[in-house]
Amino acid sequence: MTVHKPASSVGIKLKGIEQRYKVRNSEVLALTGVNLDIGAGEFLVLLGPSGCGKTTLLRIIAGLLRPTSGSVEVGGQQLWSGDQRNDAVMQELGVVFQDANLFPWMTIEDNIALPLKLRGVPKAQRRKRAAELCALVGIAGFEKRWPRELSGGMRQRAAIARALSRDPHILLMDEPFGALDAMTRDQMNLELQRIWMESGCTVILVTHSIREAVFLADRVLLLSPRPGRMDTLRTIDIARPRTIYAQSTPEFQTHEIELRQRLDTFA
Amino acid sequence: MSRSASWLITPLLLAGIVLVWEAYVRAFNVSSFILPPPLEVWRATVVLMQDPRTYWHIWITLLETVAGFAIAVVVGIVFGGLLGKIQTLERTLNPLIVGLQVMPKVALIPLFIVWFGFGVTSKIVLAAVIAFFPIMTNTILGIKSVERGHREVMQALNAGRWATFVNVELPNSMPFILTGMEVGIVLATIGAIVGEYLGGNQGLGYMAVATLNAFDVKSMFGVILLLTILGLVLYFLVVMLRRFVTPWHESVASGR
Ligand SMILES: Nc1ncnc2c1ncn2[C@@H]1O[C@H](COP(=O)(O)OP(=O)(O)OP(=O)(O)O)[C@@H](O)[C@H]1O
Ligand SMILES: [Mg+2]
Repeated sequence: MTVHKPASSVGIKLKGIEQRYKVRNSEVLALTGVNLDIGAGEFLVLLGPSGCGKTTLLRIIAGLLRPTSGSVEVGGQQLWSGDQRNDAVMQELGVVFQDANLFPWMTIEDNIALPLKLRGVPKAQRRKRAAELCALVGIAGFEKRWPRELSGGMRQRAAIARALSRDPHILLMDEPFGALDAMTRDQMNLELQRIWMESGCTVILVTHSIREAVFLADRVLLLSPRPGRMDTLRTIDIARPRTIYAQSTPEFQTHEIELRQRLDTFA
Repeated sequence: MSRSASWLITPLLLAGIVLVWEAYVRAFNVSSFILPPPLEVWRATVVLMQDPRTYWHIWITLLETVAGFAIAVVVGIVFGGLLGKIQTLERTLNPLIVGLQVMPKVALIPLFIVWFGFGVTSKIVLAAVIAFFPIMTNTILGIKSVERGHREVMQALNAGRWATFVNVELPNSMPFILTGMEVGIVLATIGAIVGEYLGGNQGLGYMAVATLNAFDVKSMFGVILLLTILGLVLYFLVVMLRRFVTPWHESVASGR
């Protein structure tokens, strides 16, 4: 299947990001001191122990959460002006949430093509694109099913297809492969690398798997536990396209071991 | 309980009730003016069914109930949609809504008769007013109970208010609205009948009063039997709607 090239990819600048959550009458500092330039077309992976603020950071980048302080710049434009989100800045965004979040009242096909429907794409075209995407994520033949008739892993794949349907410039993924078995996960990693390479979009992916992080990332950002801070920013300069066998090279393993050692100091 | 068991038990239960009724009337020698035995009621019903005027009365009650219910559904969903979406509107109107809901609507019938006459209109209005509230409140509940994750999907897609309403809030509300409609159709039936009791000269409610005034108690029981059947048919039609409107919902998948 063809991956449609977006018009342009965009970079993201995070400056002095801090997030405090109000919990009853106290405040929780979830994330602080995040300063990062994410290049246009970069593949950034967020890694860190549970509760360190990975989802929080992703939601801030998606514009779903306004940070308590700091600024988010997308493609050179401020995402927030005062209380108001600049919707125009977030035109072509694809998000895969930690839960699949499919709409139970839409068939898989309609779920996947919803972003296209909102954009006014005619039905026949939507159906065709949904079928392509189903094939891409390995759920071909389930187009007409209700979400409740699919397994958790299949639902998550449908959610990935939905995020891809609009050819996003920015793709944000929160542990998208957490519910998949190891084999499918390897396959999906390869597919994601291919989609990313062909489309040139900017990807930010959250994962718990160090191996997945090293395999996919241009850079891995390791967050420290609460409050989440930028701990390590590691460039992974393994040649692309990477194959599964790249995982057995000494270079790959060095990255993996050093990240794991750092992560272990948090425990 | 398995499906086949309930198919068997329901008629048995019904038969049991009829037998107890018969036994009670015989054992205590109850006067036919107070509680006629089941067989007499059945004969009276058959007689009623052979009278073409009965069908006219059934038709009137059906018309009032369905028209009132239809108005309640449309107005209830529109108001519920508006109140569910616009927080400030709900906050300002809430005391008024609660007040109206608490007020016994039956007390309004004389007023409705003054306003809308003795004909079907006053009964349609009454049926609509009573059936409106559960439909509206359930619509509000449905819109407010959209999952946060679902809202975020729409937000991430930059969807506008209308697109979010049509694609997410309304379908999410459908199971709630249908529950409101199940209550609403019963209330609409009651509204139409009570309206007929109190004013006018047509409909099954009027028939019940007229037969009673004529001391024809067994015919009155016959009318009540017809009313019950009418109410049941309408109720189950609404229940069946669920299958068509929300085939995606667990309540349909599990066969309810
Ligand atoms: N809406 C909220 N209200 C209050 N506290 C929150 C909220 N969302 C997150 N937090 C807190 O902020 C911290 C970071 O949460 P976040 O969901 O970003 O973690 P995470 O890194 O994604 O964890 P995981 O790997 O388990 O998904 C946690 O301590 C959490 O309790
Ligand atoms: Mg998370």
